[in-house]
Amino acid sequence: MINISEVNETNEMIQHENLDVRTITMGISLFDCIDSSLENTKKNIYDKICRKAGRLVETGEHISKSYGIPVVNKRISVTPIATVGSSACKSEEDYVELAKTLDKAAENVGVNLIGGYSAMLAKGNTDREIVFLNSIPEALKVTARVCSSVNVGSSRTGINMDAVRRMGDIVIDTARASYGTESLGAAKLVVFCNAPDDNPFMAGAFHGITEGESVINVGVSGPGVVKKALESARGADFEFLCETIKKTAFKITRVGQLVAREAAQMLGVPFGIVDLSLAPTPAIGDSVADILKEIGLEHPGAPGTTAALALLNDQVKKGGVMASSYVGGLSGAFIPVSEDQGMIDAVEAGALTLEKLEAMTCVCSVGLDMIAIPGDTSAETVAGIIADEMAIGMINNKTTAVRLIPAIGMKVGDKLNFGGLFGYAPVMPVNSFACDRFVNRKGRIPAPIHSFKN
Amino acid sequence: MQKVVITVLGKDKVGIMAKVCTYLADNGINILDISQTIVSGYFNMMMIADMGEKQDEFEKVRTELDELGNGIGVQVRIQREDIFDMMHRL
Repeated sequence: MINISEVNETNEMIQHENLDVRTITMGISLFDCIDSSLENTKKNIYDKICRKAGRLVETGEHISKSYGIPVVNKRISVTPIATVGSSACKSEEDYVELAKTLDKAAENVGVNLIGGYSAMLAKGNTDREIVFLNSIPEALKVTARVCSSVNVGSSRTGINMDAVRRMGDIVIDTARASYGTESLGAAKLVVFCNAPDDNPFMAGAFHGITEGESVINVGVSGPGVVKKALESARGADFEFLCETIKKTAFKITRVGQLVAREAAQMLGVPFGIVDLSLAPTPAIGDSVADILKEIGLEHPGAPGTTAALALLNDQVKKGGVMASSYVGGLSGAFIPVSEDQGMIDAVEAGALTLEKLEAMTCVCSVGLDMIAIPGDTSAETVAGIIADEMAIGMINNKTTAVRLIPAIGMKVGDKLNFGGLFGYAPVMPVNSFACDRFVNRKGRIPAPIHSFKN
Repeated sequence: MQKVVITVLGKDKVGIMAKVCTYLADNGINILDISQTIVSGYFNMMMIADMGEKQDEFEKVRTELDELGNGIGVQVRIQREDIFDMMHRL
């Protein structure tokens, strides 16, 4: 039988170390909502989301009370809208109508974010998908809950450089469109390479075309728990350090597995995956940067950071796979700047640069995330940064992502303040040498040699 | 059988156990195991109990235990046992 010290350990994690279920995300297929009439498509989408996710929030709250663990977010991901709307949407305005429909449905069922205003363009794009891309700035401006993502490359197909170049413009246009709200629109737009179909975390969640009718994916998080556990490993050797991270990751993931199974059963929807990601929030004690410091760095960005992060990410995965047979999504460590007080401190101390963050993305689970850049950065430069990050993903067979926020009207040293979970971001310097002739070439970068595994 | 873990945390004083146990007895909740320690000067008690047929009343019991705790200045939590099992047992 469970003993008192085990009970205390679990409750200590929940009450003092910010262990929580970060999100229960219901993936919903919208394929059967496709219609050539825009009005019918809108009605089908709205009705299906409300029908499938009507009890999602209530279920999350019930689970939270039963186990005494916070379930912070209840969210929805849907089939990429570029595809769902390809028959009905003849203009950018038509696609924006679908974004508004998603927003309304999300509001009706009580979720704070809905992901899937997305397009899958790894190898090429249809004419309608170009129309869709052009609709993103307006869609993110006029909606509050909709998140957008665009996959522009994969290890299997190479990188669609036309889409990368276009996204350079779209990222800047999105920031401009939401000028006045701290360019928040750009915080809800992610550019991916190797985007996973089952990621429950926003802003990059969508219900991939490989998925079934609907699914429950759960994201658990607890950087504070890992940090606390590592306090006992000060001065210890690497074996002890790794063992400690692994054991902690195991315990955290088991909670996710329990919650995912329970939610799936209560909602009568199949369980998909548990995503164990150390996802920081701006709250004190909920920081991945603090883990890196506990491992032995003065600030993230110091020499040794990439190695420390590689070790952390790998041990998190090793602990996680033992805890659940279906670990998926992005599982690993997230390194957003604005959402992690320790990362913000490192940038402000001059320890962490964009180039070092890029190196860190080679070994962690996502990419350049929630980074504010000067408002006068050119679209070509943004495309160049995206291309670099996509190349890292393509060559290393991993997911990479870019979520940059051009801070319109601001320069290096200014601060963007989003508030809430998005935190605040100091505007970081960007290498200003030109890459125009490179990113303006047409076509795609071929798939890497190791893609040929047939 | 629906096992739950009830934890009580607060400043030690006369009658904490009596109050909690009386409430559980009145509500037909069977105590299976009790242990207690003092953590940094605070009373720390854990019970494993069986809610049996009463599991539909979990929410009511949770609210009433919370109120009972507030009345005597301690924190009383009730959680389903599975979360501890999952985390600490293979």
